Parts: sequence; structure tokens; C-alpha cells
Amino acid sequence: MPDKNKVKISVEKLNFFYENNHQALFDNSLDIFANQVTAVIGPSGCGKSTHLRVYNRIFELHRGHYATGKVFIDGQNILDEDVDLLELRRKVGMIFQKPTPFPMSVFDNIAYPIKLHYKLSKSEIEGRVESALKKASLWNEVSDKLKKSGLALSGGQQQRLCIARAIAVQPEILLMDEPTSAIDPVATAKIEDLITELREHYTIVIVTHNMQQASRISDYTAFFFKGEIIEYDTTGKIFTNPSQRKTEEYITGRFG
Amino acid sequence: MREHFEIEIANLRRRLALLAQSTENAVRAAMTAIETQDLEIAKKIIDNDDLIDKEEVVIEEECLKVLALYQPVAGDLRYIVTILKIDNELERIADLAVNIAKNTKNFSEMPKSLAKRVEFSESINLVLTMLKNSIDAFMCRDVALAESVIALDETLDELHRSNRKMTQKLLQKHSRYALYYVDVLFVSRHLERIGDSCTNICEDVIYLEKGKIVRHNSNVESVKE
Repeated sequence: MPDKNKVKISVEKLNFFYENNHQALFDNSLDIFANQVTAVIGPSGCGKSTHLRVYNRIFELHRGHYATGKVFIDGQNILDEDVDLLELRRKVGMIFQKPTPFPMSVFDNIAYPIKLHYKLSKSEIEGRVESALKKASLWNEVSDKLKKSGLALSGGQQQRLCIARAIAVQPEILLMDEPTSAIDPVATAKIEDLITELREHYTIVIVTHNMQQASRISDYTAFFFKGEIIEYDTTGKIFTNPSQRKTEEYITGRFG
Repeated sequence: MREHFEIEIANLRRRLALLAQSTENAVRAAMTAIETQDLEIAKKIIDNDDLIDKEEVVIEEECLKVLALYQPVAGDLRYIVTILKIDNELERIADLAVNIAKNTKNFSEMPKSLAKRVEFSESINLVLTMLKNSIDAFMCRDVALAESVIALDETLDELHRSNRKMTQKLLQKHSRYALYYVDVLFVSRHLERIGDSCTNICEDVIYLEKGKIVRHNSNVESVKE
């Protein structure tokens, strides 16, 4: 594991429990590097998404779910009681499997979170919206449809709208939970290109079922199995010469 | 999906085994041609080479198809890449057997009276062992056997060097047989090159099993850790 990279997220002995103390994650420890794309792979139900959802404490929306251990983001343990959740979620944006545009115009979809976090003039907001749409490679396609409903866009456009919405509040980390599993190959390719570009400005952690996608776009790959991290290494190493038999079996399609 | 892939792999392995068999036969025949100067054998090797060339291309095309259709990773990827590379080496080895066959044609015209002939038997035995073991190392995925073949290459190189010195001396002494000695020199060189190809095959086997590239004199010992 090269140490030249700056560690953005440091996870130490993370355990996670659903209702009735049903344990889903077991002693997860790993360092996520800044401005790198880290892919999280593993069979269904292995805890990939559960792990991701700890990083911005979105799991707390469900009663009875809790995490133990430590998750440091820039040195601060985000599992501490006194963490400002609004600020945490600004800093750690999230994109889900199905696009989740708000039932409002394209413009308002992006202006809404900006207004929530910042006090800005109308023209400043307009500038931010345009900049976010450009960064999400969507501006050229929607610049004449800003007043139209976000729901009227195609699936791939909706997903990029959600990425633009996350970017608009200037996060540092983007979590993506299977962001392309509900869209077609061409739109997927666009989002993959986008992820590669976004890497320059953000630390990206992406959960994916698509092995080729993980190998195409990520720098590091973590393989999860039954709530444990079996192997974590550079993507090149994982896909040419994994150290663990279980990893080899999974990525070559022997199970999962 | 996995099942189809396994079938493709098994087919490729079988085809490569047959190609290896044909190549080994060609090399054995070439060795006999050196020792007996039998023109019939030499001609057969040259005629057969066409089939080996064609089979090499078929295997390569199959590998490319599997790479495109299944996008294998990890051990599967290394297996297909190794087949692709060994396929190429085998074809090269067969070409060298053809070269030897062509060179030995002139051996028969050599007057028996010229007693001091360069002795090839040691190199021949070594090359045959290296070839057989390198193919076995791939088929059995045997890293220790592969390493033993790589270790033999230095001995073969040494034999080639001494053959060369000897031939140069003879060439100076009997310059009117220069053409013959040039051929002797070439044969020694071809044998040495076959050894190099066997070494390459064994390095590919180590890559297949260990995932480490040990070419260009990087230390073979280091992969044992």
C-alpha cells in the first residue's frame, strides 16, 4: 500500500448493528486516500452499503441502528456525539442507486441545498448552480431546460443532476452507492468519465456490483465478505493478483 | 457463465498441449537431423512448420476471443495471457527447429575426412530436457520445475560459447570449409535460442502462479518468499 497519499478517511475497528443487535459489520479497518477513487465490492448483503452509510451517519435515520469503533475524517471521529451532522453531510455527499431528484425544477434541485447551507445573493446562487452543472458534465444538456422539472430528464441525466446537487455545497467526499446500476451503458460511461474527472477535487468511495466498473475507474478496491474486509489493495493488484483466495474466487465469478 | 469460461479454458489448454507436442516433435527431429544429417527428416520439419504456424494463430485468436467475451481477471487473466505468450514461444521454437533443419542440409556435404567436428550431443540433450520440462511446468503449474529449467539455461549458454570458440578456431584452420562452419555456428546459436524460449515459458509459468514478473534477470529466488 503506497503511503505517499494523504489519508482522508481512517476507519478503525468499525462494527455495525441493525435492530436487535444483529451485527452487519465486523471490525472493519481501512484508510481511504484523498483524491483517489476507492471501490467497494462484494456479494449482495456483505455490508458494502452499510459500511458506506456510516461515513455520513445517514444510518441514524433508522431507529435502533448503531455503529461502534472510530471513523476519522480529516482526523475528527465522526461517530462522536458532538459532531455537527448538517456540516458532516455537506462535507460528505451521497449519490444513491436510483436517481433521487427533488420534484422541482432542474435549477431549484441544485439551488435548494445551496440555500440550506449558505446565505448567498441570487446571482451568486445562479453562479454556483451553473458551476455545479458544468462540473457534473450536465450543463450543455440542460442549460435551456433549467425551469423544467428535474423528473423530466433521462435516468442518466437525473443521476448527473444528483451528482451536481451533491457538488453544489462543495463537499470533500462523495459516496456513491451503485450509482450506475439503474442506467444504460452509454449513460454509465458518461458517469464513469465524470467520476474520473471529479477525482481531482474530491475523495470518492463507490460501491459497485459491476466488477469491470471497479477495475476501470478505481485506484483502490476493498473486497467485503460477510461484513468483513477480506482484502484491500490497489485495484491493479486486486484484479491481476489478489492475495486472498476468497477475493480471487469472487472476482473470477466462482461465487457471489 | 463460469461454466462456459471453464470449457473455453479447457479447450485452450488442450490445443496448447497439442501445439507443444508438435513443437517438441519438430525439435526432436531437428536434433536427429543434426546427428544423422538425414535430409528426409530435415524436409519433413520444414514441411510441417506450416501447420504449427496456423495452429499458433488459431490459439491466439481463441485467446483474444476469450479476453473480449469474458474479460477475465486475476488467475483467469494470468492463465489466458500465459497461454498467449507460450503459444508465441512455441511457434518461435518450431521456427528455430526449421532453421536447424536448413542448416544441417549442408552438414552432409562435409567430407568425413575432416575429423574434428563440433560436438553437439550435450547441448542437444540439454535443450530436449529444457523443452520437455518447460511444457510440463506449464501443464502441471509447477513453479519448482520452471525454476529448475531457468537454472539450466546458463549451462546451455556456456556450451554455446565454447562451441563458438571451437568453431572459430576450426574456421581459421580449415578456411575452405568456411560455409560448413558458419552453419555449425548457426546451429549452436539456434540451440541456445531454443533454450532462451524455454526459459521464457518458465518465466511465464512463474508469473501465472505467483503473479510476479521475473524476466530480465530479476532474482528468481525472490519469488519464493
